[in-house]
Amino acid sequence: MVGERDFPAGSRSSGRDGTSQECPCRDGMYATRNERRRFLFASGSTIGAAAIAAGGARAEGKAPAGAQLFDVPDDPTKEQGRPVAADGGYGTRSQFETAVRVRYPTPNENTSWSLTPLADLVGNITPSGLHFERHHGGIPTIDPARHGLVLHGMVDTPKRFSMDDIKRLPSVTRKHFIECSGNGLTEWKKPTLKTVQQTHGLLSTSEWTGVLFSTLAREVGLKPDSAWVLAEGADAAVMTRSIPMEKMLKDAIIAYGQNGEAIRPEQGYPIRLLLPGYEGNTHIKWLRRLEVSDKPFMTREETSKYTDLMADGRARLFTLDMDAKSVITFPSGDMRLPGPGSYTITGFAWSGRGRVQSVDVSTDAGRTWYPARLDSTPEPMCTVRFSFPWRWDGSPVVLQSRCTDETGYVQPTRAELIAIRGDHGPAASVYHLNAIQSWGVSQSGGVSNVHA
Amino acid sequence: MSMRKLSCLLTGLMLTAVPGVCMAQMTADTRLGVGHSVTDADLRAYFSIPPSGKGLPAGSGTALQGETVFTESCAACHGEQLQGNMAPGIGADKLIGGRGSLATNNPVKTTESYWPYATTLFDYVKRAMPFNAPGSLTDDQVYSVVAYILAQGKIIKADETLDATTLPKVKMPNRDGFIADPRPELSLYR
Repeated sequence: MVGERDFPAGSRSSGRDGTSQECPCRDGMYATRNERRRFLFASGSTIGAAAIAAGGARAEGKAPAGAQLFDVPDDPTKEQGRPVAADGGYGTRSQFETAVRVRYPTPNENTSWSLTPLADLVGNITPSGLHFERHHGGIPTIDPARHGLVLHGMVDTPKRFSMDDIKRLPSVTRKHFIECSGNGLTEWKKPTLKTVQQTHGLLSTSEWTGVLFSTLAREVGLKPDSAWVLAEGADAAVMTRSIPMEKMLKDAIIAYGQNGEAIRPEQGYPIRLLLPGYEGNTHIKWLRRLEVSDKPFMTREETSKYTDLMADGRARLFTLDMDAKSVITFPSGDMRLPGPGSYTITGFAWSGRGRVQSVDVSTDAGRTWYPARLDSTPEPMCTVRFSFPWRWDGSPVVLQSRCTDETGYVQPTRAELIAIRGDHGPAASVYHLNAIQSWGVSQSGGVSNVHA
Repeated sequence: MSMRKLSCLLTGLMLTAVPGVCMAQMTADTRLGVGHSVTDADLRAYFSIPPSGKGLPAGSGTALQGETVFTESCAACHGEQLQGNMAPGIGADKLIGGRGSLATNNPVKTTESYWPYATTLFDYVKRAMPFNAPGSLTDDQVYSVVAYILAQGKIIKADETLDATTLPKVKMPNRDGFIADPRPELSLYR
């Protein structure tokens, strides 16, 4: 098992005891505030601190990922800002925004994953640069002019579609989450990692644009007994998964767009498979080939890896749907509430089987539940942002959220899941943990990952 | 509006609810004619081997031959004893052992104990191994090193030859250890 100490310092708050806060009234609620201060007051930058005290800061040190560093004027109304298009025509985020993906410390950096900083997100869409990653052979660099998609096997006319071909076809634009079925795999036995980024960060939501598989299928013609489709990526892992034809024809998207622009290289540029509600590993990135068959291929990922070993020694195969789940992102692990008073609890809820129907919040470890407000419109296989007004009286509490989806499925407790799937060791049923998450708030306001 | 147009409109409304394109909807062939034909030769660049062994290439190998391949191309990460290596920068799976452990409190999932099909091992080695030079082994080398790993796991004998005919017939110890997804778990509904 991996402990939080193995993560880079950037993934942790430093203000747990409250003693190091410059501004105890505000700092510490969000890890990012500490991050920001750490950045501004980088070690050895006493000059920078002095300049701020005097009312201005010289740009020095390193800009956060995705940002450029600029001098901070004493008074931005008293001097001209930067000229138009000086950024070369593609903007960056503010140098004061420091949220980043954090890599899970697997031994090998090429077959590894990074987690989305859920607590730093606003709204419902994950910025493309913060979308979680799971790669098995690194991120390939692919020239779209040389890339294409071959569709063959049990079809009447096998075809190759160039990127231009794909973009000529009718497209759909839909918002969907992708969640790795390994999300939270450290949390079955005991509360292991500290932040919601670490426990739930293999979840991201984007607006995806692409061509429905059914459109491509019509171009090649499917043979009568076709029942499965192998999807293959063009990375060093040449990743393959078998997908039921029923799913492919229902809503599979050959996606080339993400949040209004081309899919990022980490997300499969120039095309990826998008299977709404299915476990993340099946959404093959850098998609180059689809082979239609009557049976699944039993690839390495779908047999030896993404299967769920039960207590009786048998393993569930093709556990593809992601069941309903939710998590509170504020307040969440490693934050600190400055004192009793009013707060807005907020978080995400999602289901791989349809729309989110409702979200409940409990402030007493699940004994009583209250309906949360849905802040975004529920869409099929898409996250919703929920919120709940809360007055903290300063006593220790345990906060939980619970999602019900439109099929009537209710997000279970960890105990309910373990009663079904067993609890026999770190190499057993590690995937598909969709249990209710508990955050303990102590009398001092410290928030921590607990099992309740 | 002429009667013919009106008739077309009504038919369109009834058939498709998209009156403006009613004539197009009536044609039998709805294909858009996009995409380029591919030949069998084009498709030979790809493979994916199912349990039936369909698509297995020509060639063959034995564990004795595979030991050399393993030593040269695999042992640096997976270990001389196939024990795996979780050291930083490596992260290679354990390949043998763990048989009989799956129903215990310490299940050990290896190629020997967990993988249901030998064809999957062939497909994966040919596809993605060795990690530092994916897809660089010849088909004979892949057959050989698969034979070596299976022989080290006491699944086949050291002198058995694996080829397109014999590989799919290898019975893996956990061949019958998998069940269909029983979810949704009905107890979790209101």
